Amino acid sequence: MINEIVIAGFGGQGVLSMGKILAYSGLMEDKEVCWLPSYGPEQRGGTANVTVIVSDERISSPVLNTYDVVVVLNQQSLDKFESKVKPGGILMYDTYGIHKKPTRTDITVYPIEATEATIEMNNSKTFNMIVLGALLHVRPMVTIESVLKALKKTLPERHHHLIPLNEQALNKGASLIK
Amino acid sequence: MEQNDIIKPENKVYSAPALLNQVHMHYCPGCSHGVVHKLVAQVIEEMGVADKAIGISPVGCAVFAYNYIDIDWEEAPHGRATALATAAKRLWPENLVFTYQGDGDFSAIGTCESIHACNRGENIAIIFINNAIYGMTGGQMAPTTLLGQKTATCPYGRRPDLNGYPLAITPLLAQLDGTCYVTRQSVHTPASVRKTKAALRKAFENSINCKGTSVVEIVSACNTGWKLTPEKANKWMEENMFAKYPLGDLKNLEDGIQR
Amino acid sequence: MKDEVTLMKGNEALAMAAIRYGADAYFGYPITPQSEVLEKLEEEMPWDTTGMVVLQAESEVAAINMVYGGAMTGKAVFTSTSSPGFSLMQEGVSYLAASEVPALLINVQRGGPGLGTIHASQADYFQACKGGGHGDYHMIVLAPSSVQEMADMVALGFDLAFKYRCVSMILADGTIGQLMEKVVLPEQRPRRTDEEIRQQCPWAVNGRKGMRPSNVITSLELDDDKMEENNWRFQATYREIEKNETRCELVDVEDCDYMITAFGTTARIAMKTMELARKEGIKVGLFRPITLWPFPEKELREAAKNVKGILCVELNAGQMIEDVKLAVECKMPVEHYGRFGGNVPTPDELLNVLKEKLINK
Repeated sequence: MINEIVIAGFGGQGVLSMGKILAYSGLMEDKEVCWLPSYGPEQRGGTANVTVIVSDERISSPVLNTYDVVVVLNQQSLDKFESKVKPGGILMYDTYGIHKKPTRTDITVYPIEATEATIEMNNSKTFNMIVLGALLHVRPMVTIESVLKALKKTLPERHHHLIPLNEQALNKGASLIK
Repeated sequence: MEQNDIIKPENKVYSAPALLNQVHMHYCPGCSHGVVHKLVAQVIEEMGVADKAIGISPVGCAVFAYNYIDIDWEEAPHGRATALATAAKRLWPENLVFTYQGDGDFSAIGTCESIHACNRGENIAIIFINNAIYGMTGGQMAPTTLLGQKTATCPYGRRPDLNGYPLAITPLLAQLDGTCYVTRQSVHTPASVRKTKAALRKAFENSINCKGTSVVEIVSACNTGWKLTPEKANKWMEENMFAKYPLGDLKNLEDGIQR
Repeated sequence: MKDEVTLMKGNEALAMAAIRYGADAYFGYPITPQSEVLEKLEEEMPWDTTGMVVLQAESEVAAINMVYGGAMTGKAVFTSTSSPGFSLMQEGVSYLAASEVPALLINVQRGGPGLGTIHASQADYFQACKGGGHGDYHMIVLAPSSVQEMADMVALGFDLAFKYRCVSMILADGTIGQLMEKVVLPEQRPRRTDEEIRQQCPWAVNGRKGMRPSNVITSLELDDDKMEENNWRFQATYREIEKNETRCELVDVEDCDYMITAFGTTARIAMKTMELARKEGIKVGLFRPITLWPFPEKELREAAKNVKGILCVELNAGQMIEDVKLAVECKMPVEHYGRFGGNVPTPDELLNVLKEKLINK
């Protein structure tokens, strides 16, 4: 099983760190993983995207043109990546600020109200974990336990008290899928 | 009395330092480099640190310093001696590391490395020979060339509108937090030679004891470049160079820099 | 003990592998896309553990000269930079080569010329393999195509540099530098003691301990005959390296009709292209030089014996293709496909090019 994923949005939305946690979660399950960010000044305020591959087999190219899963968090990214979902693949997007909805019918589209869920949780930093929770609900490529293990491994000790909050966010995200 | 009767240990009042190789130096008669080389050799010998000394030679007249003083040497690309010294000293912190650079090497092409090494407080000694001209390449203008001074590249005299002003770099370095000892000396009289020797000793001790960066500027004569006899060159230096580059200590922190 | 598998960026792997190798010093200046090397080293504070020196220099010019100054003392010293920074270092590289001192240099390439872009490129192949600085010299040029290789090539680069008293270079690119993958780091080795360094490097400049004869390292020799002799010695070393140190990876070349030659990131992309091609029944193999200098000429000639054509894929306008053509003596069509300016081709793009330039021709 191979999952070729791209996550795209504004810089500051936690796109890169969401990808990183997903990759680490794959590592916790001994899967092959890679994480390739867009980098440079565009990370700050502009658009950011990251390619994540979680696979049971050796990964060849980290550079891809089409993806099994596309997660987009703003309109520009939706415009850019809708066409890059493989037929039969998944397109997930945050509905906030989207005025031009996706039109493809050969893929499964999941609109999620992640921004609103974040406001409900009263903590903007939970946004990317809500999205990840939603993604793993529709495509359980790693378990939530592995995500929590990954958080423990990647967060500095002084931030470990935030792990329960992240777990809540993951669950909240899963509940957004109707 | 035959020559052999004179050359006896009991008659000996002076000998060249053992670290000074017995080879012909390529320096012109009247040049200050030879005197400074002898002092460097003497001081290293007297301190007993030949087994710890690392010299960094420059590009310029002193490029062959490694042929004359019998210690370990690294030959640097033009201007980069203090960068080489930075690494050598950080990697061998108990050693004496010093650079030997001219005005072009130290204060033109190497200005950036010079200032930053001093500003970091690298525990190195810098010997800076300022003779206001490029000797090795045939007498072109140096950053330290005086206004009105004629050189191959300012044949009618240095003009501030065309060439800018003479650069006195040591006072700049004295202002940096990394320098512990900055002094300006000369070697044109027996008294000044003695003072320079003491300055070199202090700078070398500072390096070994990791007190910060020491800079010993030696205002020097280049009689060939200046197109003067050695004697007249020394007089010209006194009358012209010392006004722009006055001798004496600019900074001396006995306890070293604050870290 | 089972080797610990961690996830890190290529740039971070370089830093960690150097600490584990027991490197003595790093001198460098930040430049995208490789600043994580210095950042990681500063974060790890190896001066408190292995005693390694880490210093942010005031420029790439200063950094390469610090490498030069440290390398001449016999210590294991390295730097890293990206393309414009490596251009600034060329003078120092030439001096290092002329002085026959070992050092490890890393160029995580970005697109040029000029200030160019911050994204991946392979446009410094000529600079790395054919000179770069002045005078006749070579560096051993290693081209990693994974984060694991980034880590492994630190030790390999240092070992080869000390074996031949030459400069080793890791020629990576922005993608491999920024890519995060699984990596197993080597075990921590202690740094060599000063005494071991004196024994291993009797030529080094570190003080006349025991009043041994003085060591002088210089690249200057005004006697033309002696300088020519020096050059012959350098060349003899290079011939020895060519004989012993070529490295390459061959993937599915036994039965292939067409061959892609590529290194670094493009080799990874090409592997996916091969998978796509084989699904369509097109037999494509990959020849990946691991040493770009010395170029694995004989190995390529042998592997390409029966192929109908070669596609050389690079992130430049056509550089390695010259070595590919020389190696196969132009006995079959050799086509080039390059993307540049920071752009990287995708696997399906390469498959289309392969069809267009070779298969359907």
